Amino acid sequence: MTKLGQWLCGLALLGSAWAALALAPPGLQLPVPYRQALLPLPVYLLVAFGCYSLATVGYRLATFNDCEEAAAELQEHISAARADLRRRGLRF
Amino acid sequence: MAAGGADKFSVLLPTYNERENLPLVVWLLARTFQESGINFEIIIIDDGSPDGTQEIAEQLEKIYGSAKIVMREIISVLFLSGTAYIHGMKHATGNFIVIMDADLSHHVSLYFIKQKEGNFDIVSGTRYKGDGGVYGWDLKRKLISRGANFLTQVLLRPGASDLTGSFRLYRKEVLQKLMEKCVSKGYVFQMEMIVRARQLGYTIGEVPISFVDRVYGESKLGGNEIVSFLKGLLTLFATT
Repeated sequence: MTKLGQWLCGLALLGSAWAALALAPPGLQLPVPYRQALLPLPVYLLVAFGCYSLATVGYRLATFNDCEEAAAELQEHISAARADLRRRGLRF
Repeated sequence: MAAGGADKFSVLLPTYNERENLPLVVWLLARTFQESGINFEIIIIDDGSPDGTQEIAEQLEKIYGSAKIVMREIISVLFLSGTAYIHGMKHATGNFIVIMDADLSHHVSLYFIKQKEGNFDIVSGTRYKGDGGVYGWDLKRKLISRGANFLTQVLLRPGASDLTGSFRLYRKEVLQKLMEKCVSKGYVFQMEMIVRARQLGYTIGEVPISFVDRVYGESKLGGNEIVSFLKGLLTLFATT
């Protein structure tokens, strides 16, 4: 199954469970307070996921390494490479 | 195993207008391999560069010997990463293939140690874990990178932290199998390789790499790249 397929199945499952419990088709009635709590649940979950995403990306952005040493080392390597290759007869 | 029982690493370097960078990359690779006593060859696949890249490659072939440097030219209207690798693999005699960019953005590091450690089928470089990272990126570029990677992780759950990097080591048979299965173009192709590899049950090890922004030459990350990335990501989401 493709990832899209997995998502659709998952959403269908959760969606029907939510509809069954929160929208109260006759024959399956939870007490009113439960139903009222369940009704906005999808929106809450979406907002929660949004916050999680922002927090995660923000954290990862802040901890993104800057490789100062690697850059300096690379510059050294480049000079060494140019000198050595010139010695071996490379015409740049 | 290659003849003789020892491992041999074939490095595939697709190039386009890399006259400045190519000798430096080759020198760095040769030195790294020689210091580690590892048998290697470097296969340069040039897409008809107008700047003299081939001429420099031929000089390097003379300096290092044609057992070590192999120059192959292809001229195609669309130089898609996949084409270059298919072409390069035909000439590769090693049992491991290293794929990297010739533009010096990949600081050469020791993948082979990691591979031996876990006997992995694939070793992938990651900018996002350990002491991997970048140099010369402004905040905007870092944000886009992290945001895109987050989206990729959520949608594809690939089991690797960096999908758009192109510094990778593959077992030859594994790369051949993956090339058959992958259909994307450009760097979405790199992403597809990892996703498919996971599905086929190959083991993937990760090594932190430092991505130093192009020392010579220009790098590009514009609106077009972002749009094509999103299209590619959604295509992979729907088809893998």
